[in-house]
Amino acid sequence: MSDQAASPMSSAAQSVAQVAAVPAASGSLARWARRLEAVALPVGALIVGLAAFGLFLLALGKSPADFYALVYKAGFGTWFSWQNTLSRAAPLLLAALCVALPARLGLMIIGGEGAIVLGGVAAGGLGAAMPWMPAIIGVPLMAIFAMLVGGAWIGAVGALRQKRGVNETISSLLMAYIAIALMNHLVEGPLRDPASLNKPSTAPLAEGLRIGDLPGMDVHWGFALGVICCVVAWVLIEKTTWGFAARLVGGNVRAAQIQGLPVGRLLIGFTALGGAFAGLAGMIEVSAVQGSANGSLAAGYGYAGILVAFLARHNGLAIIPVAILIGGMEASSGLVQRRMDLPDATVLVLEGFVFVAILLSETVYGRFKIFAPERWSSR
Amino acid sequence: MNETDIGYWGVPLAILGGAIRVSTPFLFVSLGECLTERSGRINLGLEGTLVFGAMAGYAIAYETGNPWAGVLAAALAGALFGLVHGLMCSLPRVNDIAIGIALMLLGMGLAFFFGKPYIQPVAPDLPAIELGSWSSYPQVQAALRVNVLFVIGAALAVVLWWVFRATKVGLIVRVVGDSTDAARAMGLRPNRIRIASTAVGGASAGVAGAYLSLYYPGSWNEGISSGQGLMAVALVIFARWNPIQCFGAALLFGGAGALGPALQSVGITSGYYLFYAAPYVLTLGMLIATSSTARAMTGAPGELSITK
Repeated sequence: MSDQAASPMSSAAQSVAQVAAVPAASGSLARWARRLEAVALPVGALIVGLAAFGLFLLALGKSPADFYALVYKAGFGTWFSWQNTLSRAAPLLLAALCVALPARLGLMIIGGEGAIVLGGVAAGGLGAAMPWMPAIIGVPLMAIFAMLVGGAWIGAVGALRQKRGVNETISSLLMAYIAIALMNHLVEGPLRDPASLNKPSTAPLAEGLRIGDLPGMDVHWGFALGVICCVVAWVLIEKTTWGFAARLVGGNVRAAQIQGLPVGRLLIGFTALGGAFAGLAGMIEVSAVQGSANGSLAAGYGYAGILVAFLARHNGLAIIPVAILIGGMEASSGLVQRRMDLPDATVLVLEGFVFVAILLSETVYGRFKIFAPERWSSR
Repeated sequence: MNETDIGYWGVPLAILGGAIRVSTPFLFVSLGECLTERSGRINLGLEGTLVFGAMAGYAIAYETGNPWAGVLAAALAGALFGLVHGLMCSLPRVNDIAIGIALMLLGMGLAFFFGKPYIQPVAPDLPAIELGSWSSYPQVQAALRVNVLFVIGAALAVVLWWVFRATKVGLIVRVVGDSTDAARAMGLRPNRIRIASTAVGGASAGVAGAYLSLYYPGSWNEGISSGQGLMAVALVIFARWNPIQCFGAALLFGGAGALGPALQSVGITSGYYLFYAAPYVLTLGMLIATSSTARAMTGAPGELSITK
């Protein structure tokens, strides 16, 4: 962000070159070398992060080999654990989109948690008000309402950025705190089901308004919805003129303005879309998992989504495997606690190590000659 | 009605007392962030530093029996986090905001990881100064029971203001923050100065965490911070990077944070959670009021990424 503003001309040229992908050296080998860099470096950074966490465990006298074996077993070892992993990946897919879409326009929004909890409360409240509604109308209505609420919430962050120049990172996180307070107010006040004594919740959803499992699996429909949304987001960003315009804005705002692009509408539209996906994550959490809206909505999916988006380098298709990987790590938390006597925050530390490693990898892009065909001939 | 019952007068009094109590962590984090931002970097990871400082301070105070050892440990841990942030951001193309987010999550993860055994035990509290002992009203006494760290923080604000205004060190930090090129032309090493500023800023945020766990609320748990480390970043912008104004802004934010508990103490409980959101709404409102797309913010360091 800072370097773009420092030298608008050079980065404008750079961004146009990146977006249009003008090859300096031709040939399919050169093309593949460039593509390989975009995969090899994040994977390399992931391995470095996991290795660093292994050293951390070693320093504490725990075996990294045992740890990763357990993560594999609990996350990916059996069909049962795969189903658990995929279910946990569902909210991460959508939460990551709330980070990735605005990031493609150069905005760093980290308050997706707010859109998730409000989307969940919106869906839970609406569902509780219409238990008689048939599923075919009721479930889409809940999803749309949650997406509208989430979209308005994060769209407001984009609008504040565009209209008033308010820093989106700080405002989105502040709004996440406000959203959680709003959720607590609604769930413990106006929307509270009097029968929910220990854990204040909205009234339980009617059976018809619950999202069931995918056919033949113990994985709820939320996972499929999340995958579809990721593909839609990828097509939108990579294959449409809107997406092209959005990437130009992300490359250089001033250059995009000079081109006559509707920068404001793009910024607000894409942040709102990201928020709508996060709102949908909340709706899925309520309809497929919890059965009513309550405090469990603020489970940190929004924050794990930040890591997923950065690991996937804000690419919609890459989010799918990354979310499954992180979902598997989170699924292993219980087993790791029991078998290795490690606290439940172990996964948080692991995620932190991976996050730092992936950000540090930014500094080595373009440093490896093997990925830079234009330097192959020179010595 | 007995003679110590002061009815609704208790609300402003409780807000005043609360403002002093609640503002101290804001004060330390914002002074640390002020120094870091004046050097041209933004550290969004102070929320993680604060939580880790709270854990480290509590753990060391419990193990040694001395709360001041805890404060020192929290400052050292905070400095370490700041150092890591500063070093990482000195690498080319590494974004300071993103690293801040990562260190925020890592700091909280590490604090919860190592803090598990310290949720139950009781560590010694930091001492307080009774400025309200002249009054016979217990409410007044409670409101004016001021922690030593608050006094230190207030003094630190003045010292930092003076350092920026009248010393060579302050000038060096300001030059580095305003223009990397100018600093290089003067023969300064911008990265080193930024690393040092971030480390000192981190130490200050660590102390803020120790205040949370060792005085108010005065225990260690995973919900110890309610975003003070993050709000302080917005607070510094509102305070226009001026340490004295950071002090005023911290008091204001502390008062907003004390609104909910103060109203609850006189029996107003409806909408409690909405009052709980008051500091965030206030922060956001101030951020909106003080930001602008048209002009650079007055007093903003030139190299700061969020205001460019």
